[in-house]
Amino acid sequence: MTKRCPTDTVRRQVLVGASALAGVALTPGFVLMTAPKAAAKTASEAATDKTRWGLLIDTGKLDKAACDALVAACNAEHGLKPASRAEASAQWVRRVDIKDKTTGATKSLPVMCQHCENPPCADVCPTGASFRRADGIVLVDKHICIGCRYCMLACPYKARSFGYEPVSDQKPSSPHGVGTVSACTLCVHRVDVGGIPACVEACQGIAPGAMLFGDLKDPDSAISKKVSEIMVTRIRADLGVEPGVLYAGL
Amino acid sequence: MAKVEFREVEGRSGEYYTLLGGLAFLAACGLGAAAYTDHVGHIITGMGNAIPWGIPHVFAIFLIVAASGALNVASIGTVFGKVMYKPLARLSGLLAFCLLAGGLSILVLDLGRPDRLVISMTHFNLKSIFVWNINFYMGFFAVVAAYLWVSMDWRLTGLTKPVGILAFMWRLALTSCTGWVFGFIVARQGWDAAVMAPMFIVLSFAYGLAIFLLVLMASSAWTRRPLGDAVVKKLKNLLGVFVAGGLYFAVVQHLTNMYATEHHGFTRFILLEGGAFTTMFWIGQVLIGSVLPMILVWYPGTAGSRQAVGLACVSVVIGGLSQMFVTIVGGLAYPLVLFPGMEVSSSFFDGVVNSYSPSIWEITLGIGGIAIALLMLTIAIKFLRFLPVDLSDEVADPHHRKIEAADSEVVAEAAEAA
Repeated sequence: MTKRCPTDTVRRQVLVGASALAGVALTPGFVLMTAPKAAAKTASEAATDKTRWGLLIDTGKLDKAACDALVAACNAEHGLKPASRAEASAQWVRRVDIKDKTTGATKSLPVMCQHCENPPCADVCPTGASFRRADGIVLVDKHICIGCRYCMLACPYKARSFGYEPVSDQKPSSPHGVGTVSACTLCVHRVDVGGIPACVEACQGIAPGAMLFGDLKDPDSAISKKVSEIMVTRIRADLGVEPGVLYAGL
Repeated sequence: MAKVEFREVEGRSGEYYTLLGGLAFLAACGLGAAAYTDHVGHIITGMGNAIPWGIPHVFAIFLIVAASGALNVASIGTVFGKVMYKPLARLSGLLAFCLLAGGLSILVLDLGRPDRLVISMTHFNLKSIFVWNINFYMGFFAVVAAYLWVSMDWRLTGLTKPVGILAFMWRLALTSCTGWVFGFIVARQGWDAAVMAPMFIVLSFAYGLAIFLLVLMASSAWTRRPLGDAVVKKLKNLLGVFVAGGLYFAVVQHLTNMYATEHHGFTRFILLEGGAFTTMFWIGQVLIGSVLPMILVWYPGTAGSRQAVGLACVSVVIGGLSQMFVTIVGGLAYPLVLFPGMEVSSSFFDGVVNSYSPSIWEITLGIGGIAIALLMLTIAIKFLRFLPVDLSDEVADPHHRKIEAADSEVVAEAAEAA
């Protein structure tokens, strides 16, 4: 019987190891692809496409102070605190000041996730963590977001924030932990129990009528009646993403 | 042309273990940087909400693009039947495999939740170009492994061409998808362009070939295996053509943007007013990455020098990293246009050029990815027969004898005439 060369034995071990590694790398792609998805809500709880939640923002009724107040309300509602680096702070809604380069006219308005009909963030998300609910609210499933941040590149509104550092005292209704992406949820935790978003509520006290929240598919809702009377503007309407957040007075 | 023999490297010398140890150290540093980032969060990187992709992505995408390009040498031999490239096919396939593994390691380790990697393999959003990429990456490993198998198993020689063709088609699709990672992003002024896919393919030819040439020359020199001028000359000339192709696409990209008023702002930013990005474009991408290597490989004074060819390859790598930086980070640094024609400002850095200072942690991760690729390669060539024993002109060049014969005829004719 011939003795096996030690190099052959080592080579065999390396090949076995490499094959095992290759198996681990390839298996998920071809086998686990068929794994069942997590169960959704029950039918009685599920949001339906009979509703299209929307927001109408009348910029003519908002000044800088009002914008700041509704931003503060959002931060308080969701427990958003500044990060140790300004560039890393989560801002689900922000005040944007604009000035017409030709005429010099100025305006301040709140900009948040525009809850698009065709959200680019959901298009590019590899795991489906960014998704559009049937009623139009765009959310991030915090359980399957892997933190690749590709959605942040794709969002035309710069409306998304990444969890750059651990946060404490998170609100159970507004998770925004380290390593995952978060954005305006349209206060889904309030909306699902018949409430209105915190920013809209804050606005009612300081700039009545400046923000209108409601069902764009319900012809009798205040928002539907209003948008049928006035011309509204969609930010970057040219992209065709059909935002659910509409602006008046721009 | 003589039969080409392949053999493992001995891998017992002090130099081999020094190389192995050095690469393992760098790879460990990369893993350590990733572990620390995972522990404390990406706050320790220079990335922010405006620039959420940075140096790790520059290194990762450079390596992924280079991986598909490294396979090109094998494709030229197998698919297009160029005899001189056939002995290089195994190393080409191995390098492609390792570079992709290195690039993907960086991408995965930079995830906000790398512990959830398995989710990216169980939850697929098929509309996501990222998912297309993930599947093409996994398939690339399988196809290249199959290609290497049929190349190395004499009983399966007949399958080399069909598997080689599949690998070639696969790599073209893969690199197109990598370009589309940016080309499909409609909102970004600097990305939303169909040219991204073909441009990335041409760039991959240059990046992959530059790294291949470096690996080939280094492995031949360090293992004292002959490497003739014919192979090097062929490859360096091809490198020059690919570099010129990459430069052409850069011209196409920016010239098109210069014509369209909508894109004037972005073009002005990259070409004139972008500070570090403008410097990286002109000095890194154009001068070091394109002009210098073309001079080095074609200028008669340097074209015959191995050092010049090596320097040209290093230049292409530096230029490639610069180009990825300008494309990725530059594309993010330029402000998103939410209100065309308006001056915009906010507490979230709207309307301003976003700043980015990469931290040592992300640079270490990027270098670690390169080290992982080279470490895999260094180990693989010890255990399997990837490297040809002899690539001297007599062995590797199919026209060698003919040229010799022709030369001797010319000499004889000249002697007669005299």
